[in-house]
Amino acid sequence: LVFTEEDKYGLYSNLLFKYFLAEGIVCGHDLFVASAKEHPDNILKELPAPLLDDTYGKELGDEAAAVKSEDFQDSMKIAWRYQNLPKMETSPTTYTKFGHYYDVSKKMSPELCQSVKQHSFYLHEELSFEPKMKAWNMNSGYARLLQSIQRIISQEGFDGSDPQKKQRNVLRIGIQSLGSVLWGDDICCSDPPEDPHSLTKFLYVLRGLLRKSLSACIITVPAHLIQNKAIMERVTNLSDIVVGLESFIGSERETNPLYKDYHGLVHVHQIPRLNSLICDVSDTKDLAFRLKRKLFTIERLHLPPDLSDTVSRASKQDLAGSAKLLSSGCGAMAIGKKHLDF
Amino acid sequence: QGQFTLLRDTQTDGSFLVHHFLSFYLRAGCKVCFVALLQSFSHYNIVAQKLGVSLAAAKERGQLVFLEGLKSCLDLLFGEEEQPGQPSPLQFLSTSELRALFDFVRVSLTPTDGDSWKGPVLLVDDLSVLLSLGAAPVAVLDFIHYCRVSVCYQLKGNIVVLVHSNEDSEDEENELVVNSLCHHSDLILWAEGLATGFCKDVHGQIKIIKRLSLWQAEEQDLVQTYQYKIQDRNVTFFARGLSAAVL
Repeated sequence: LVFTEEDKYGLYSNLLFKYFLAEGIVCGHDLFVASAKEHPDNILKELPAPLLDDTYGKELGDEAAAVKSEDFQDSMKIAWRYQNLPKMETSPTTYTKFGHYYDVSKKMSPELCQSVKQHSFYLHEELSFEPKMKAWNMNSGYARLLQSIQRIISQEGFDGSDPQKKQRNVLRIGIQSLGSVLWGDDICCSDPPEDPHSLTKFLYVLRGLLRKSLSACIITVPAHLIQNKAIMERVTNLSDIVVGLESFIGSERETNPLYKDYHGLVHVHQIPRLNSLICDVSDTKDLAFRLKRKLFTIERLHLPPDLSDTVSRASKQDLAGSAKLLSSGCGAMAIGKKHLDF
Repeated sequence: QGQFTLLRDTQTDGSFLVHHFLSFYLRAGCKVCFVALLQSFSHYNIVAQKLGVSLAAAKERGQLVFLEGLKSCLDLLFGEEEQPGQPSPLQFLSTSELRALFDFVRVSLTPTDGDSWKGPVLLVDDLSVLLSLGAAPVAVLDFIHYCRVSVCYQLKGNIVVLVHSNEDSEDEENELVVNSLCHHSDLILWAEGLATGFCKDVHGQIKIIKRLSLWQAEEQDLVQTYQYKIQDRNVTFFARGLSAAVL
C-alpha cells in the first residue's frame, strides 16, 4: 500500500500517480482507477508514453517473468518506483531492469492503453450506497469504493478464487485525492472532523483486500490540508510505504540556491518490513525530484559545489567513479555551472 | 507468570520484538493466542520460519490460536450474514464494542481437557490499530484490563502487547492509552530510533524497564539501555556506542 502525501498543488503527485498506472499498462497488469476529482477515463488518457527502444520487446518479457516469479501466494506486490537518471553516456537499456522509463511530453497511445483491462470508479457516477453497508459505520463514498474493489478482485480472480484461471495477473489500484472534500469526508476542512475513523477504517479494509489478493495500490492524499495530525500518524501506521512530495512552488525554497536544480523534495517516511525482520534501507534519505521536459526524475539531493576561486575541478576519475553509483544525480551535479562535454 | 509486558516503539518499528516473543513462547511450549491486527498470517509465518518455528504446524496442533485481523474484517464486511451465536471478534468495526474480542481471547486461552500446554500467553500486534478502527481509548483500556484479569490472574498466563507512540504526537487518544499501559506494566521494552538520526549499523536503541516499583514501595525501576542491529535471522544487542562497526 503506497501512500503518497500530495504536494500543495497536486502537480507532482499526479505525475507519480500516472507513472504507477503507466507502468501497470506496460507490465500488462490490470488497472483500477478511482477518483472523485477527475473522471478516470480522462486520467487514463493522459498517461506518459513509455520510452521504447530496440530491446523493448525483450525487456518486457524479462520484466513479466520477473514479476510473476516474485508473486507470493496471498501477499501483495509493492510497487516502489524509483526513477533513476540515466547516465549521459549509457543508454537506459543497460540500466536496472526494474521498471521502465517514460517520456512525459508524449501521451501513451490508445492501443497500448487498451491492451489491459481497466476498471474505473468515479464517485459522482456511482449509485448511492446499498443498505447492507450501513453496518459498516463508514463514510459512504469510501464504503462504495471498497465494495467496488472487492467485487473486481473476486470477479476477476485476483484473489486466487478461480482455480480455472491459468495466468495470474496483478491488479494495480490507483486512488486519487483520498480524504479530500470531494469524497464526502470533512477531515480536510474541520478539526475535529465528524467521523475521524472513516479514513483509517477504509485503509484497514483496503489493506486486508490487498493482502488477500495479487494487487498493489497507490493512494494520493492532500495531507497538507488535513487538520487533524493524529489521523496522519494513524494512517502512516496502516500503510506499507509512505512517501511525501514537497514541491518548491510558491515556497521560500524556490529561490534557495541549494535547491535551484530541483523542483521539490521527496520524503520517505516509511518503508515496508514485509516477510522479514529487516527492511531495505537505502544509504541516503535525502531525495529530490525534478521535472524536465521529457523526464521526471528522483535523485539524491546533492549540494552544489562551492565554486570559489580555488575550486578543484571534478577530475575525470571522480566523474567516472561517481557515475558508477546507482542514483547518479551526482554525475550531473558535480559539473555545477560549468558544462562538461562527454 | 502473570506478567504484563508492554512493547513500545517510537520513531522506529518494534515489530521484531513481537516476532521474538511469538517464537519464544511457542518454543517454550506455551499456548499462544495471537491477535494479529496489522499483518497477514504469511508474513509472521515467514519470519517465524527464519527464527526456527513453524506457525502453521503450531496452529495444526492447537498450540497457536491466530486471529488474523485483516482477513476477519473482510469476512465480516463482505461475507454472508453471520450466525447469531458467534459474533465476529472484530465486531467493533461496526459497533465499537470490544466485548466480542475479549470473549474470543478468553475462549481461546481457557484450557480444555487434553491440553498439556504450559501457561497461556496473549500476544497483541498492535493495540494502536484498535483506536484507528473506531474503539474509544477507554474501551481499549477496559479490554486490556479484562484480559489481564482473565489471563494473568485467573489463568496465570502472560500478556505481551505492542503499541506505537511518537514524540510530540498529536494523537492524544493513543498517548493516553500508552501512558496508562506503561503505568500498569511489569516490564516495558521500548524501542526507539537513535537520537542522532539514521544510521546503517545501529538500527535503534532499546530500553528495558523492569517495574520493580510496582511491587515494592522502596524499589526503583531498573532501566537498562542497549542498542541493536537487526539482521535477517537475528537481532544483535550491544552496549551503547559499542557497535561492531565502531570497534
